[in-house]
Amino acid sequence: MKAPLNKETLVLHTGNEIDQQFGALSVPIYQVSTFLQDVHGNTRGFEYSRSGNPTRDALEKAFAQLEHGKRGLAFGSGIAAISAVFMCFSSGDHFVVSDVVYGGTYRLLTKILSRMGMTVTFVDTANLAAVEAAITPATKAVFVETPTNPMMAVSDIKAIAAICRGRRLRFIVDNTFMSPYWQNPLLLGADIVVHSATKYLGGHSDVLAGLVVTATEEMGEEVHFIQKAMGGVLGPQDSWLLMRGIKTLAVRMEKHERNANTLAQWLCTLPGITSVFYPGLETHPQYRLAKAQAGGFGGMISFELASPELAEHFLSRLKLIALAISLGGVESLICLPAKTTHASFPPELLEKLGINDRLVRFSVGIEHVEELKQDILQALGNE
Amino acid sequence: MSKPEESGEFRIMAPGSPGAMGWAGRPGLLPATGLGTQCVHGGAAPDPAYGAVAAPIYETSTFALLDIRTSAGFEYTRTGNPTRARLEAALALLEGGCGAICTSSGMSGIIAVLSLLPHGSHVLCPDDCYGGTFRALRHAQAVHGLETTFLDMTDPEAVAAAVRPETRLIWAETPSNPLLRLLDLASLAKVARERDLLLAVDNTFLSPVNQRPLRWGADLVFHSTTKYLNGHSDVVGGTVVAAPGRSGLLQRLAALNNTLGTSQSPHDCALVLRGLKTLHLRMRAHEANSRALASYLDAHPAVARVNYPGLPGHPQHALALRQQEGFGAMLSFELRDGSPDSVRRVLRRLRWFTLAESLGGVESLVSQPASMSHAAMTPEMRERIGIRDGLIRLSVGVEEQADLVEDLRQALEAQPLGKS
Repeated sequence: MKAPLNKETLVLHTGNEIDQQFGALSVPIYQVSTFLQDVHGNTRGFEYSRSGNPTRDALEKAFAQLEHGKRGLAFGSGIAAISAVFMCFSSGDHFVVSDVVYGGTYRLLTKILSRMGMTVTFVDTANLAAVEAAITPATKAVFVETPTNPMMAVSDIKAIAAICRGRRLRFIVDNTFMSPYWQNPLLLGADIVVHSATKYLGGHSDVLAGLVVTATEEMGEEVHFIQKAMGGVLGPQDSWLLMRGIKTLAVRMEKHERNANTLAQWLCTLPGITSVFYPGLETHPQYRLAKAQAGGFGGMISFELASPELAEHFLSRLKLIALAISLGGVESLICLPAKTTHASFPPELLEKLGINDRLVRFSVGIEHVEELKQDILQALGNE
Repeated sequence: MSKPEESGEFRIMAPGSPGAMGWAGRPGLLPATGLGTQCVHGGAAPDPAYGAVAAPIYETSTFALLDIRTSAGFEYTRTGNPTRARLEAALALLEGGCGAICTSSGMSGIIAVLSLLPHGSHVLCPDDCYGGTFRALRHAQAVHGLETTFLDMTDPEAVAAAVRPETRLIWAETPSNPLLRLLDLASLAKVARERDLLLAVDNTFLSPVNQRPLRWGADLVFHSTTKYLNGHSDVVGGTVVAAPGRSGLLQRLAALNNTLGTSQSPHDCALVLRGLKTLHLRMRAHEANSRALASYLDAHPAVARVNYPGLPGHPQHALALRQQEGFGAMLSFELRDGSPDSVRRVLRRLRWFTLAESLGGVESLVSQPASMSHAAMTPEMRERIGIRDGLIRLSVGVEEQADLVEDLRQALEAQPLGKS
């Protein structure tokens, strides 16, 4: 292939979508644990589904291409993918991590990796000086979520990559909120990209999965060793569902973003809503950076209501928008991060980071935008 | 072992407890919502048992009965299954009908409709119908005493003239496969109403996003859900939707689906339900690509003619505008040089259009109707209706438009140019 494919085409055609044996147009689901070998242990490429499975392999190859990396690895959840990446490090290693990260990542770092003698400093990674100041001689990696969940702060991937390159640190980016359709951290200098594929990649709220893509084969081999040795792999059926979800990534992301953009502007005008956090708003502090480093602003919005009572009233009256954890599905979801996704943070830290009882996180679905507006209006009302 | 800290915030209710949240009111709202919302939420009310956001897949053959005469709504999956019931509700909603049956293939849906008819009935069917429909009707004639007249249905008077005392069913397909000829549904419905016939419309090519035949007076709408409704080339299925008020007809169809054993599997139903969630987005992307390709081919010197109702030059463009919400994404074109060598050269050079039967998936497909979908017809019949060897049918996918245009350009490059 000479010219690189456009991303809309790439999500459909990666070279792995047609079965080699019978020409089936959908990747076969190899729901199998083991594979025939000959007496010398020779295989036809796969020996046991933990170390490799044809369906998972098709997904891993296709996704590595979407993220412009060398190696893709699929895990049973986003957290399994993130922990596998951290397992590549050793006791005594130190990491610099975005202060507003997903609660599950925070819990992994502070409750599990801490037991293994790994240490972490949380900083506002949108502030480059803070990132540099947090680096110690023991630092081995910088882990950034951008935009952050749920505050939507944007970190400068290129600038942090430059800081890491100079100090030989691994630079890991959680790209869940944007998906490779809008943002490609490896093209901006990151070493490893992680995803909760449960979100936009799967896109239909029906599969739990995580993905890792590495910039080099060597890093890919390190993560694959952990995948095989620790076993947090994704099953064939889920791998297949994820590939199916990715086929509509382009059309879905366009619509998610169109809806989110419209709603973010509109929410700013509503009485009862005191702040709106969305990188696509010109008033967002990193609007220009977000515009420069990503192709779009994504489909996630956070906003603050005037009081905790109003927030509760609002959430319990929504009809179309469902109150549920998770995000990135075709259907609109909403949650109160302080009580759900970020409940693992200490309360005083939550308050400091702005994750208060008035803040709701809104995963904008692909419904008709006018119906989403109507649902919000009726839920804010007092009748 | 301690509980995960998050669960401390929640009270755990018994499965099946009624929800106090607004989403519980969704089913009542759906009939009045837009098509996009219906695609995403049709049949997908949150699971009453555990509140799962995605519909659970009831991969089960049988159900425990509450007592010897009472079930919780389902007894045996051939007769009914909660996952299939969700899909049937979604399809009925999208087509604006009173209910639907889902069958394990499009053909079994057609057989279910034909099985409504008593022995000795007579059927009217377009002469350029889908090859599988033609085969089924011919078989029914040989084995079940069901006689069919195949005719050009573009003239409603010819249809009226072909009605006999024993005629029971008008089977219509619009646009036709592969020539994209349109039938005037309102006129056919008038003939059916006056003669007390059933009008069944195969809406596979357009999907309810682009055409809703029940609005024009059809009694039944049929789909091969294998195509646009599922949209990912990974399920074979069919559906028949009954018009509002036709619940008797619906019950007879459901009984036939059970008796013939043609009902669709839960897993396949869950897949079609999943496909429906992006139907509106996919159809728009399909159509945008098709319009561009139709215009491109129309201007290409190696192409003799393009069949696409969205082209202003299509003889039934005005009917398409009146009867349809969109033009769909199927098109066919005829090469100036229709020799086997020439057709083979084009088919072989295409990279993104996969040579395959079927249509309506996200990936672009190409076929040669004379040797593939319409091979069951006699050469004379194909010649009479205009399915020549140089005819190529495209099912335009949702790939990037520029990549598809480029693919056709390079494939047609090797064609000798027309003399015009």
